[in-house]
Amino acid sequence: MDYSQFLVMKQEIGLLAVFLLVFLFDTFMPQRGQGCVGRFCCVLFAIFTAFGFCPSLTADGFDSAFAGMYNSSAAVVNIKNILNIGALIVMIQALRWADQDMVRIRRGEFYELLLVTLFGMYLMISARHFLLFVIGLETASLPLAAMVAFEKHRYESREAAIKYILTAVFSSAVFLMGLSFVYGLAGSLYFDNIAVALWGEQFNALLAVALAFVIAGIGFKLSLVPFHLWTADVYQGAPTPVTSYLSVISKGSAAFAAMVILWQAFGAVYSQAWEWMLYALIIITITVGNLFAIRQRNIKRFLAFSSISQAGYIMLGVIAYNYMGMAALMYYVLVYIFSNLAAFGVVGAIENASGKVWIDDYKGLYKTNPRLAFTMMLAMFSLAGIPPFAGFFSKFFIFTSAINQGSVAIYVLVLIALINTIISLYYYLLVVKAMFISQDDCVIARFRSAGSERLALWICVAGIIFLGIVSCVYNHLLEIV
Amino acid sequence: MEISAIYYIIPSLVMFCCGVYGFITRKNMIAMLISLELMLNAVDINFVVFNRYLFPGQLEGMFFTLFAIAIAAAETALAIAIIINLYRGSRNIDADEITKLKD
Repeated sequence: MDYSQFLVMKQEIGLLAVFLLVFLFDTFMPQRGQGCVGRFCCVLFAIFTAFGFCPSLTADGFDSAFAGMYNSSAAVVNIKNILNIGALIVMIQALRWADQDMVRIRRGEFYELLLVTLFGMYLMISARHFLLFVIGLETASLPLAAMVAFEKHRYESREAAIKYILTAVFSSAVFLMGLSFVYGLAGSLYFDNIAVALWGEQFNALLAVALAFVIAGIGFKLSLVPFHLWTADVYQGAPTPVTSYLSVISKGSAAFAAMVILWQAFGAVYSQAWEWMLYALIIITITVGNLFAIRQRNIKRFLAFSSISQAGYIMLGVIAYNYMGMAALMYYVLVYIFSNLAAFGVVGAIENASGKVWIDDYKGLYKTNPRLAFTMMLAMFSLAGIPPFAGFFSKFFIFTSAINQGSVAIYVLVLIALINTIISLYYYLLVVKAMFISQDDCVIARFRSAGSERLALWICVAGIIFLGIVSCVYNHLLEIV
Repeated sequence: MEISAIYYIIPSLVMFCCGVYGFITRKNMIAMLISLELMLNAVDINFVVFNRYLFPGQLEGMFFTLFAIAIAAAETALAIAIIINLYRGSRNIDADEITKLKD
């Protein structure tokens, strides 16, 4: 047997090695060395992230393993690198939180669980067979439930965890039901074979039900409206590093996997069966996410609804399946990682220092903590899409790629998305207004955040400012897909 | 005479719908979990029946079922652990009482 075929999975193997090293370190390190398990994991993972950018080890055209179940390409390697960057930032942000009294004794487990979920997302992205995809999906979502429940002494964390696990199992049951119908229709679970079997299929009830179930299952993971009901509660109750992980990494990988599934397996029945479903989902997701974000007072719930509407924009890249759409989607995920992690970094720093999580608490933040306020402002501008920050360019590219499809329906869709961008400006600026303009008697006292938090925020700020201006990033993404 | 596939598919669909109904209406979390198990088992029956009747020459559906059973077991174990953790804190597993997280 030729073992060199496993070199295709170099990123999975590397991640597994990082996981095993962290696990051994956590298990066998004597008590006094336990404190640096987080830093050890960050350093190892940073090396691994850099290693991911190395050119591929295998010969050209040799990119699948496990009888075609696993597939790798330049675009797949690239989205994994993007997710690595985000996961690294989350790990750095979590260092301070993991040092708290109630969490300290289990902090090694946090990093191990995080690495395992990332492994599951890798499998989701690379899968070309539904069996491997489902295994990846569950490997990604089950440890996440354990992470949401991580502060098990705190009631909110427990409540969020039970809501998350019940909806996750429900959604995967619905998804599997859809898959069983797909199997009955197509007779295979390989994406390619399904595409061949469905070729020329006319619209029929079984196909519509199967696709509705499959899209609903993915929609739960992406928190598209109307499958979003768990999002706000889980985001509010979960520990802040876990929330930021859920909102960017989990969502980014699910979006890429959705694009691969919908187009590679079901691309043949696009206009017959699921084009209008996705249109409807995108319109409701963006609109409802925006309207509900306006009335939130808790900053984590606010960011939850903002992330719901951002998921709608990401789905615009999914619907525009051309080389531009794929590049725009990856670029959007990259920019979204930096902007959202900057926002969550500030939220986490303030929560660690003062325990405050309400938007009203942020009044007058500029007077006492100008740097944090400025970072938050950059994050909000980038999420809202104000030039010259990166968020503007990512929205611009994703709208352009969608427009390139050229049908009237897509023009209407992009127009609605544009109107919603303007609505979103309002609530993003509410936070900026609270920080810079509003006056309040009990402002958050001046504090100095920990070194790890500052490092993560500096990385995010650099990303927000330079990703938009340095156009070679987008050009690079456009070249490789 | 062989039993036709419809006699398997109808019960599996009924099971799935019962699961969805139970998940939505039940208040006790363990009952909700049982409903979820019903849904997952309906999926398993579907896969096996499609495999046996429509594509008898292959084993893809059977193997998928094996993996789905394992995954369902893992999900249940984790959910039970989280429910026990919730119960230890608040002596309550009623879904109507779990309402602290809201606007």
